[in-house]
This record gives sequence, structure tokens and C-alpha cells, in this order.
Amino acid sequence: MTTTPLHRQLGLTDDEFARIPELIGRAPSDAELVMFSLMWSEHCSYKHSRRLLRRFPTAAPQVLQGPGENAGAVDVGDGWAVALKIESHNHPSAVEPFEGAATGVGGIVRDILALGARPIALLDSLRFGSLESARSRHLFTRAVAGIGHYGNCIGVPTVGGEVAFDDRYEDSCLVNAMCVGLVRSDGMLKSAAFGDGNLLVLIGNRTGKDGIGGASVLASAELSEDDADKRPSVQVGDPFTERKLMDCCLELAGADLFLALQDFGAAGLTSAASEMAAKGGVGLDIDLNQIPLREAQMTAAEILVSESQERMLGLVAPSQLDAVLATCTRWELDANVIGTVTSTGNFTARHNGEIVVDIPALALTDDAPAYDVPQVPADPPTPLRLDDIAAPDDLAEAWRALLARPNVASKRWIYEQYDHLVGANTIRRPGGDAAVVRIPGMQRALALTTDCAERHCEIDPRGGGRATVFEAARNIVCTGARPYAASDCLNFANPEKGNTGWRLAEVIEGLSEALESIGVPIVSGNVSLYNESPARAIYPTPVVGMVGLLEDASTSIGHGFLADGDVVILLGGGRARVDASEWVGDAIGAPERPNLDDEARLIAAMLRLAATGRVHSAHDVSDGGIAIALTESALAGNVGCHVHLAEDRRNDEVLFGESGGRILVTCAPDGLDAIRAAAGDTPCAVIGTVGGDTVRVEIGSEIVSLDLTDARAVYELTLPKAIA
Amino acid sequence: MVAVVRFPGTLDHDSAARAVQAAGGTATGAWHQDTELPAGTTAVVIPGGFSYGDHLRPGAIASRSPIMDAIRRHADAGGLVLGICNGFQVLCEAGLLPGVLRTNATTSFVCRQMTLEVIDHDTPFTQGLTDTLSIPIKNHDGAWFGDPTTARIVLGYGHENPLGSVASAAGVANQAGNVLGLMPHPEEAVDPLLGSVDGLGLFRALVRA
Amino acid sequence: MTRVVVTVMPREGVLDPQGQAVQGALGRLGFAGVTDVRLGRRIELELDGPDPLATAQQMCERLLANALIEDFSVALED
Repeated sequence: MTTTPLHRQLGLTDDEFARIPELIGRAPSDAELVMFSLMWSEHCSYKHSRRLLRRFPTAAPQVLQGPGENAGAVDVGDGWAVALKIESHNHPSAVEPFEGAATGVGGIVRDILALGARPIALLDSLRFGSLESARSRHLFTRAVAGIGHYGNCIGVPTVGGEVAFDDRYEDSCLVNAMCVGLVRSDGMLKSAAFGDGNLLVLIGNRTGKDGIGGASVLASAELSEDDADKRPSVQVGDPFTERKLMDCCLELAGADLFLALQDFGAAGLTSAASEMAAKGGVGLDIDLNQIPLREAQMTAAEILVSESQERMLGLVAPSQLDAVLATCTRWELDANVIGTVTSTGNFTARHNGEIVVDIPALALTDDAPAYDVPQVPADPPTPLRLDDIAAPDDLAEAWRALLARPNVASKRWIYEQYDHLVGANTIRRPGGDAAVVRIPGMQRALALTTDCAERHCEIDPRGGGRATVFEAARNIVCTGARPYAASDCLNFANPEKGNTGWRLAEVIEGLSEALESIGVPIVSGNVSLYNESPARAIYPTPVVGMVGLLEDASTSIGHGFLADGDVVILLGGGRARVDASEWVGDAIGAPERPNLDDEARLIAAMLRLAATGRVHSAHDVSDGGIAIALTESALAGNVGCHVHLAEDRRNDEVLFGESGGRILVTCAPDGLDAIRAAAGDTPCAVIGTVGGDTVRVEIGSEIVSLDLTDARAVYELTLPKAIA
Repeated sequence: MVAVVRFPGTLDHDSAARAVQAAGGTATGAWHQDTELPAGTTAVVIPGGFSYGDHLRPGAIASRSPIMDAIRRHADAGGLVLGICNGFQVLCEAGLLPGVLRTNATTSFVCRQMTLEVIDHDTPFTQGLTDTLSIPIKNHDGAWFGDPTTARIVLGYGHENPLGSVASAAGVANQAGNVLGLMPHPEEAVDPLLGSVDGLGLFRALVRA
Repeated sequence: MTRVVVTVMPREGVLDPQGQAVQGALGRLGFAGVTDVRLGRRIELELDGPDPLATAQQMCERLLANALIEDFSVALED
């Protein structure tokens, strides 16, 4: 009987294993082998995506920090910078949704903190199976509870996000967390270590056996039936300690007591220290015995790869050590010198007086393998024949039924569990197109959103990538803000199988083309692969977290109708089509590939409209088409409307069809001229008037209407009923 | 000068200080380890948050901090003390207010704009206020539990009581009326951009003291 | 070194929404005949000193239990 070699158990291929002696000049010790297996795992090395990610547009005048550090950052004026990043915690959330989601929040916050930035907002993008599945109800409700538990306790407002339910996510839920922070441009920290003799100080929680072989290994393997065994690997979050860690580190950063800063994430000390060393081109000599432990007996390997949460690694000059330690003591946090910078270039670790690890830091990081993924195109999309979709007998009933779908209905049940106000800077609360958060101490504000057009990505990944970016950008401009920077979280299935590799490349191309057309850079991001089970794979789900800049917080625009008598306008020439829409409820058909010029012009037009100061409301037309957009604006403003829509192929498609950029705008009658002038050559059609207590649509000779009180009941009660 | 108290885990100290400033006053910090309030303190606010992570019971550990003795002396001498959310929890745990705050009836965190009724206009905090105040709640353990026949209930939730507070109590004062605890967050209602300025009155009371 | 176990439970008659939520969940899982569920807290204290039970009692009165809504009991653990 042969046993599986250790390197294969750890997830390394034979080829990868053979490379190690070439890099380090000898066979690796077991501890070193474990470190390689984690650092060369998909989650840490991005080995299957790294080459493709280079396509992203990352340059723009406002970029102060592009991809490569713990988070990206852009200049927002007056000497301030905004840091942003989105990251996944999918596999841990599938195993233990409360703690998986909670620690996902903790991790992304520490990435922002590592730049010396104060976290000022959180968003989350979630995907689960249908709520008819008990398992998905469990994952969804527990993940929301976990996000709330952690975010609320650390005092960072969770101001936005999105959720969708589809059978494709039944076995592989997605939990992506985005964080945005504020830092002085000249006070931004990096993670590169430097200076012989400088000290590595570990601040925060004790090190235990959390996540041993956890996130990194889980993220590289598809989940199967025995994932209950992986339960002990999931990290448990401690938001109270994280809050103290934030306050302490920000105080230290503000006093210029950190030379560099790094957070502990996947692969723990191994990744934190090796990245600091590799980036600085230096070595680190670490004494594992200086690390406070939570468990009595831990091996060197366990200490090296522990993913215990709420820990930061600071680089401190010896002359400043006392000041650093005193601050940590005042904040009731452990702080220990665990190592020094050397000029060897090696990651050297000692345990009980012996050297247990001594390898070039670059071997773990820059020398990690990189692979091309097979590019097998999927079949071209098959256009939908409208005749194949049954036309509803009663359009009003169909409208109501659409409102009653969890993907469309109000998400209030979620966001009322999140403290979305803490800090007293939330100008536009969850429920609209994008959240708006005032930048503390400034007149400017940020608009924030996360979006993804996954069904479109499944059918036409290039088009879906474009659609994703344009949806995010439209959500931003609807508040009056200018799309400014983005972070991406690419959630995909196994790129080594089937068409997934091709979809990954195509989506990246589509995202990039769209970002370039509107001048928005990617400054950070994350990739999560292998999101599939033997039974099903997820849709390609490239979530884009976008930040917009609003010069004057007091000019932000909401999505609710404001006043009786206001004019209702449809901006944009997008065509309503059922393909890939929420109405058909599946990734079928051939949705139009967004035209880069048309979409960019629509976004620029909306910005010009906002600049007139005459816009009363603006709302992106997306899930559920114009009928749902009208309903949402009516409910938010507590006043109905009466509009005429042009006939097209069929009336249900006119009401509920999606695709193509369209924005619903309202203004006072005497503002119409200014609006029209600002629209320029972007289609700008008056379609009706605000007023009454119904949402009434006329298409040709057909009239469909929904009573506002009735619509509100359906809209608000759907999600609570679905999870009861 | 209004002293803004801070424990490890306090979250709303900065917005409380800004609210004091918006009300025309100056704010200064008071650390939980201090045994005296800052010199020149005329009023105290204990802001919201998750002091000590809400461990053991919300506000329990914070209420046993050194600073609480100084706050007690200040209150006994008639000084104004405003406890917001976690601050309300701390004041109840410290015995400066009657009752206790328990887990919301929904067993979940609730973040929502509320319309409060001013039930008792006779305290320094509530004199001159309008009858209703639009102020948000954001808490997990905000259900006040106590004896409504002996407690001085100053603010109420009216018919909409998602937290399950006894007698719909949103804010409770001591008998003398100089110590007020409330679960809603007035510091989130001091700026038109935030949706309401109905919280300013409570901070003006602190500044006037 | 003595281990004292403190049990803190909601007082009889005090509404226990968490207990009710758990009771509902057990019912939905198919467990019949659950007539009541109450959630409390168990605190394990390792104490050095002459009178561990009396010390634990004082700890409960001063911090570990809130007399308004909680009852407590202390016991030595073998």
C-alpha cells in the first residue's frame, strides 16, 4: 500500500514540488514544504490568474497606489487619499457562514488598515442558492448575521452591497467584502520591509490553531461532501480586539511610529513576513518563541501558518520600540518583537533555538508558479425566441409576482441588521443605487456600490464584463458622483476545466474595455477560483466594487420621486430585452453586448444632468426592467407616477426587459429645458409625470397599474417571508 | 465643557463630540481609566458603541471602570449626564438609572429611523423640545426592562416598538431628571444632510448646563 | 487551585427571546414536545484562595450577574 506523498496531500503538483530544490538548493524541511504549499496555492499566488490580470487598466491621474499592496488608493484632494479593496471569503463561509463572513469583514478591514487608512465604510456582495433550499436559507441568514456582528462591533458602517439567489450558487456561496478607508496621502504606509536591524512587532491576538491549512487550501479545492471535516479550520472572529487594533494602529501610524505595516491574512505569518521581505528585497530573522500562543503545544509549522485573526505586523525602528509598546499597552493589546530585518534575503525562522526555516523570501512569492489557463470558447449564445416565453395573461399580476421575487424585493431585512450610520457620515442609506458617505472633515463625499451581471457573463463573458462595469458606473452617477476607482473580485469555477478559463479571460477583457472607456482604474482586487461542486459550477461572477467622487455632499441625488407634477424622463437608448433578465430568470438568450461609446456617453450625460442641479431623482434601470425601477422610485418617494412607454415586440418585455443603459430621471417641469440641454445627443425622452397613488404604465392601448400600498406590502414582506 | 467618555470599544465618541460642537459647545475626552473628570467639565456624555465588545452583558464591564465614580459624583451634585445606547446600558449597569437593557425582541440588530415621542418635558434635556423627534436607533440589546410605574420614562417609541421595550420606553431619566439614558442616537440627527436635526436639542441642553 | 462553576440564567418569569427563538428552531427541525427553552451562561472560575465559593458568590453579586433579570448559582467542580 502506498501513501500519498506529503507534497500531494498539501496540494502541490509533482512539478511544483520538483521546483523547490531548484530554488532553495536543497530539499525543503516539512515546515518549509507546508509554507510553499500555502504560498503557491491559488489563493495566495494567483497562479492561474496572474497573467490574465495584467490586462486590467490600473493607471489614472488619481491613482496613488495601484495593485500590489494590501489595498489600492486614490487622491481625493486636500492631501487626502481613499483606500479601497474587495476580497472574497467564499469557502470559509460555505463551511461556517457566520464566522466565515465575519472574518471576511475582519480581513478586508485589516487590508485597509495596513495602508494606515481609517476604515470608513463596508459593503458586501453575496450569492446563495435559491431561498427555497433550507441550506441556502441557513447560509444566507447566518452570513448576514456574521457580517453585522463584526462590522457593527468595529464601528465601520456597512452602507451597501447586493445579494442574489440562484441555483448555481447552491453548493458554492459567495461572500465578498469591500472596505474603503481614509488616509493622508503623505502618511500612506507600504508593506516592504527595509533597514538592517529594524524590528518586526506582532500586535493583536494570540496565535492559535485557527485555519491551519484553512483559507489557502480550501480556496484551491472544490468543496465535496466531506467538507464537514474542514470545520475546525475556520477562523473565529473577535471584533472587539479588531477595534482596539484599529484604534492602536491608527494612532501609531499617525505618530509616524510604523516604518511599514502588514496584516495577517491567508497563510498567516508565512505570507505576511515573506511578502514584507520580498517587497523590500531583504531578509527576516524570526524567533517563533516570541509569538504569544493560545494553545500550549504548537509546532513551528503550525505557528508559521496559523490564520488566527486580528493580528498586524509592524516594522519599527529600534529607537521607537518603547513608544510603540507603550501605546499597545494603553490599548490593552499584546505586542511582541518577533524578528529583525537582515540583508540575507532569506525568510529565516527559529524555534526552540533551532533554525527550522531558511529559504529565500522570493522563492515563496515572486517565484511562485504561473500558469496559463486553457482557452476553450463556449458555444455562441442562442438568441431567445420570444414565442418560447409564455406571455403573461395579466401583466399587473406578473408585475406583482416579479416584485415578490427575492432577487427583486426589498433588502431591508438585510441592511437593518447592519449599522449603516455609525460615524454620522452616511448621506444616502442602503436601498438606493449607491450609498453616499461624506468624507470625514470634507465637503466631498464618496458614492459606493458593488455590482455584477453574472447571467450576462455566463452567456457572453465579454459583454457581461462590460455590463458589470457599466452597471456599477450608472449606479454611481445616479447619485451625481463621478466614477473614480474600482476594485474587482473575480469569482469563478475551476479554470482548468471546460470553458471557465476562456470565460475568465473574456470577462477580464470586457471589464477592462469598459473601465478604459470611462477612465476608471482598477487599483486592487482578488480572485477566487474553484467555486464549484461535482453537481454544479457558479456563473462567472466578477464583482466590481466602485467608488465615485462627489464634490459637494449636499448635492447627492436619491432614487425616490420627490414631488407631484415632476416630469419623468428616460435617459439612454437601451432596448428592453428579456434575454438573461430577471424576468426569464435564467442565463438564456443572447443579451446585447454593451456598446462602449454609447454607455460611456450615457454616463457622461448623467453627470452633466446632475451638474445642472435640476435633477430631483435618478435611478438605474436594471433587474426587473423599467417597471421595477418605476416601482422602486415610487415607493422610495411615497408617490406614484403615470408614464407612457413605446410599444416594442411584446408588452411584458417592454415592462420587465433589461439590457442596455437606461436611467430613470425626474425633474420639475421648469427644469426640463436644462436637462434636455445637458443630455446632448444621448436619448432623453419624456415618458410621464409623478403623482397619484399608483404606478401606472400605458403601452399602446394597454394600461397596467399597481397600487402603491399593495406594491409596498409585497416588496417589503418578500424577504422576511422567504426566510421564515 | 462637555466630557465625552471613552472605553475600549466605544464607537460614537467622535460623532458625539461633533454633535456637541454643532450645538455650540466644546467637547473634551475622558478616558475610562481616569479617576477624575477633566477640569472644567460641566456635563458628561457617555456615547454609543460596543464597550468591551458587549462581553458578559452590554455595558457591564465598562460600568465598573474608574471613571464611573467621578461620573457618579458629578450626577449626585446635579450635573447633567447623557448616556446614548451603550452609554444608557452603562448607566443602568452602574445603578445611575433604573432597569436594564436586554436583547431586542427580534433577537437581531436593528438600524432604523424612528419617530420618538417626548413624554416628559420637565427635564433639563427635554424642556423646549418638540413633541416628536426623528432619531435613528442602531442596537442589538435595546429593550428596556424595568418598572414603568416607578421609572421616569422621558422618551417613547409609541406604537412602533421593534425592540420590545417595556412601556415602549426609548429614554429613561433618574428621578431628579439630570441623568438621561436613551437607546436612539441623537448625534446621528444633528445635520440636515443626515436626514434630521432633531437630536440637536439634547446636545444644546448639555452645552447650556 | 479550585474550579468554581457559576451558572447564570434568566430569572423565572422574565421573557427570554433567545430561548424562544431556539425553541422555534428546534420545532422546525422536527423535535416535538419541547415545552420550554431558556438560555443562560456558564462561567468557569479557577480560584486560588481560602473561600472560593464565597468569593464566587461576591463576584456574581458585583459583576457576573445582573440581579434585575438574572439568577445565579455557584458550585464547586470536582
